[in-house]
Amino acid sequence: MSSVNHWRRCATLCAVCAVVMTLITVFLIAPGMPPGNGSAQASGQVVDNTVLLGISAFVATVVVVYFLYAAFAFRERQPELALEGPRVRGDSRVQAWWLFITTGIVLFLAGYGTVRLLEDGSGGGQGPNPIAAPAGASHALQVQVIAQQWKFTYRWPSFGGVETPVLELPANTLIEFHVTSLDVIHSFWAYQLGVKADANPGFDNIAYVQTKSPLTFNIHCAELCGLWHGYMYENGYVVPKGQFTSWIRQEEVRYAPITKTLPPYSTSYFPSPQRRA
Amino acid sequence: MTALALPARTRQPAWRQLLGFNVLTGIVLAIIGWLIGYWLGGRFVNIPSLQYYTVGTGPGQNDISVFLGYLLGVIGFLAGLGFFNYPIKRMLGHPPSLAEHESAGEGWIRYFTLCTEHKVVAMQYLVGIGVFFFIGGINAMLIRTELLQPNVHVFGANQYLTLVGMHGSMMMGMMTSGVLGPFANWVVPLMIGSRRMAFPRIESFTFWLLMAAGVVLMTTVFFGGFQTGWTGYEPLGDQGTAGFDAYIAFFTLVGISMCLLGLNVVVTIATMRAPGMTWSRLPIFVWACFATGVLMMLAAPMLAAALLLAALDRTVQTAFYIPGNGGSSYLWENLFWVFGHPEVYIVALPGFGIVLELAPVFCRKPLWGYRLAVAGMLGVGLFSFFVWQHHLFVSGMNADLRPFFMLSTELISLPTGFIFVCMMGTMWRGRINYAVPWLFCMAWAFNFLWGGISGVFLSDAPSDVTTHGSFFSMAHFHYTIMGGLIFAVFAAIYYWGPKMTGFKFNERLAKIHFWTLFVFFNTTFAPLFALGFLGMPRRVVTYPANLQGLNDWVSASAYCILGSMCVFLVNLIWSMVIKREPAEDNPWNSKSPEFQLPTPVPDYDYEKLPVFDDDPYPYGVEVAPAAATAGQGA
Repeated sequence: MSSVNHWRRCATLCAVCAVVMTLITVFLIAPGMPPGNGSAQASGQVVDNTVLLGISAFVATVVVVYFLYAAFAFRERQPELALEGPRVRGDSRVQAWWLFITTGIVLFLAGYGTVRLLEDGSGGGQGPNPIAAPAGASHALQVQVIAQQWKFTYRWPSFGGVETPVLELPANTLIEFHVTSLDVIHSFWAYQLGVKADANPGFDNIAYVQTKSPLTFNIHCAELCGLWHGYMYENGYVVPKGQFTSWIRQEEVRYAPITKTLPPYSTSYFPSPQRRA
Repeated sequence: MTALALPARTRQPAWRQLLGFNVLTGIVLAIIGWLIGYWLGGRFVNIPSLQYYTVGTGPGQNDISVFLGYLLGVIGFLAGLGFFNYPIKRMLGHPPSLAEHESAGEGWIRYFTLCTEHKVVAMQYLVGIGVFFFIGGINAMLIRTELLQPNVHVFGANQYLTLVGMHGSMMMGMMTSGVLGPFANWVVPLMIGSRRMAFPRIESFTFWLLMAAGVVLMTTVFFGGFQTGWTGYEPLGDQGTAGFDAYIAFFTLVGISMCLLGLNVVVTIATMRAPGMTWSRLPIFVWACFATGVLMMLAAPMLAAALLLAALDRTVQTAFYIPGNGGSSYLWENLFWVFGHPEVYIVALPGFGIVLELAPVFCRKPLWGYRLAVAGMLGVGLFSFFVWQHHLFVSGMNADLRPFFMLSTELISLPTGFIFVCMMGTMWRGRINYAVPWLFCMAWAFNFLWGGISGVFLSDAPSDVTTHGSFFSMAHFHYTIMGGLIFAVFAAIYYWGPKMTGFKFNERLAKIHFWTLFVFFNTTFAPLFALGFLGMPRRVVTYPANLQGLNDWVSASAYCILGSMCVFLVNLIWSMVIKREPAEDNPWNSKSPEFQLPTPVPDYDYEKLPVFDDDPYPYGVEVAPAAATAGQGA
C-alpha cells in the first residue's frame, strides 16, 4: 500500500472524471432541461438549471469517485484480524481548503441565483409589489388568474373585466399575471412558460412572463387544494397577436351578460367566511 | 414496597400480571375516556354561539366532541399506564422514589408498562416505531398502486389523499423519534457513563404518548380522512371533516412527545456525564443527539402552537387562518415551516451521527476532523431555523427576502459538507471492513449526496419555480429522509441491534436486505426526479398519460422495496426465533464503552461507573509525524 501515491492517484482520477462528467451533463443533458424554451423566463430557467447541473455534476463526481476509490483502495481483506489504520485525527490544510472551496461554491450559487432572480423574476410569483420586474413591465398585458376549487378562470382588466374559462395569450408579449384565490391555497403552474405562483385568498401574487412563439402549454395546480386537486389541469395557448385580439373581443361580447353580474375587477376578492362543505 | 417484596411479585402467574397498570388497562381507560369526551362534546350543542358548528353537520362532524374525545382518551390511556400514580402519591405525602425502576425485574410484562429502565424504553421505541414505520410503508405501496394508471382506478380521490396524508404524517411524525427514541435512549447513557436518562418517567411518557398519537392518526379513517397531506395547509384544513381533527391531535401529541424527548436527551448529556467525559470527549453520536434534542425542544412548540390555533378555528370559531374573517393563509405556512424545516434536520441529524460514529469502528481509524464534525452538526442545527421560507419562494409572501433565504439555504450545505469530509477523511488509508452496518453507511453517503445535490435546484429561487411542488421535490426529500435517515437507522439496527437484543442477525439475509434495498431505493426514487422535471405535481391522483411508463416503473420498483423489507422481517424472525444465536459481547471490535459491557447488558449497566481518560476513538497505530497527515501522499 505504501508504494502507491494514493493521494495523487485519487486526485487525478477525481479531476478527470469530474471534467468529463461535467462536459457530458452540460452539453448532452442540460439542453433537455425543463421547462424548455416556451418563454423568456423558461429559457432563463434552462440556463440556470444548466449552470446548477454543471456545478452539481462536478462536485458530485469528485465525491463519488473519491468514495469509490477509498472504498476499493482501503478495503480490508481480513477484517477478522481487526488491524488498525494510521492514527490520524485530521488535517488542518485539507479542512481549510474544503471550507474555502465549498464556501466559494455556495456563495457563487447564491450570488448567481440572486442576479438571475432579480433580472426578470424568473416567472415566479413575487407578491403584490414585485421587486424583480422585467423591462417594460408598466406596459405589460394584465391577466388575472382566479383559482378556486377546482378550476382556474382568467379575468382581463384591459378588456372590460371579462372572465374567461380558457387562457389564451398573445405571442411575443410581456404578460403580468395577477394570481389570486377564492377559497384555499392553489398554485398556478404554467409549465412550458416557466411560471409558478401560489394563489392565496385575498392576496394578489404577481408573476411576469415574456411569451415567445405560439405554443400549447400545460396548466397544473401545484399546491394540494383538496379533493379534486389532481384534476385541476388544463391547456393554455400562446397564439399570434392578431388571433389573440379577435379571440378576446369575441369572448368580451360572448360573456358580456355575465360580466355585468361579476363583482368589479379587483386585485383580490375577499371570499365570504368559509363554511364546511 | 420494600426490596424484599420484589421476588414474591415476580412469581405471579401470567394472567395476574395482566391486571394492574399496563397497556391493557390503558386501552380500556382510553376507550372509556373517549366515550365520555365525545358525550361531553355533544352537550355543547346547547350553546347558541357554537351551534353553527355542531348542529346540522351530522354525527362525527362535531369537532368539539372529537377533540374532547381524543383529550380524555389520551388522559385515560396515560392513567391506565400509571402515569398519574407518582404525582398523586407525592401529593399524599409519599417520599420521592423510582418505584417504576424497581419493577424492571419483572420480565416481559415491563415492556407493556410504564418502565423507567432506559434500555426497556429503547426497545419499546424500536418495536413501536417499527410497527408504525411498516404501516406508513404500506400506505406508500397503496399510493403507488393508485398511480399505476393515469386515471382513478383503485381508490377514490378522498381515499388517495388520506393515504398520502397518513403516509407523510406517519413518517414525519412517528419517525422523528426514530433514532433518539430507540438508540439515544439506549446508547447515550452508556456512552456517557450513566445508568439512566435524566428524567426516566418523562422518557417512558414520550414513548407512550407517541404510541397514542399513532393510533389517533389512524382513527382519521373513521371521520372521513383528511385531504391536506402532512403539511396540513390552511384554510384547506379548516374545510376538512373531523378527520382533520385527528391530524391536529396527532401532531400535537407528537409535538409534546418530541419536545420532551429532546429535553430529556439534552439534559442527560449536559448533566449525567461520568467523570472525565468532557464535552470534547463526547462520542460524535452523542453530539448528534444533543443537536437534535435542541432542535426538537425549540421547533416542536411552534408546531403545537400552530395546531392549537387550528383547533380553535375549528371548534370555537376563531379565524386565525381564515382570510375572509381577518386571518391569513400565510400564517399557517409560516408557523408550520418554522417548525417544518428544523423538523427535517431533526430527522437527518441523527443519521449524520450514526454514520460518523460507525466510521471509526469500521475504518479502524480515529474519527477524522472531530471538531469539524461537531461544528457541522451544531451548524446544521443553527442554520435550520433560518431557511424556512424556501418552501414559499413562489407563494408571493415577502418576495424581497428570497435572496436571503436562497443564501441561508445554500449556506446550510456547508455544515452538511463537514459531515461528508469527516467521513471521507476517516475512510482515507483506513482498513475498511465491509460489514453490513458499514454498507448501510456507505449507501447513506451515496443517497444523501443526491439528496443534497437535488436540494441545490430547490434552494435556487429561479430553478425552484419549476421544481417547487413537483415530484422533483418529493424525490429530493425521499433521498434525504429515506435514503439518509432510514439507511442510517438500519446501520444502527445491525450495529447496536445484537447488543440490544442479545441475538445475532443472519449475515447472508442482512446482505440480501442491504443490496435489494439500496438498488430498489434508487430505481424507485431516481425516476421521480425525471417525473418532476417533466411537470408532474405532487399529491395528484391523476397524471398525464405520457408519464405512465415512468410511473409504472416506479410503482413496480416500490413493491420491490417492500420485498426487501420483508427480507428484513424474515431475518428478524429467523435470527430471533428459528435459529437464535447469542450475540457476542463485541462483534465489531468497537472501542465504544457500550461494547465493553456484557451481552445482554445488565439492568444496572455499569457495576462501577467508568472514568474516561481518553478521546472516544482510540483506534489506529501511531505513525511517523511526517506521514501522519492525509494529503501528504502515502
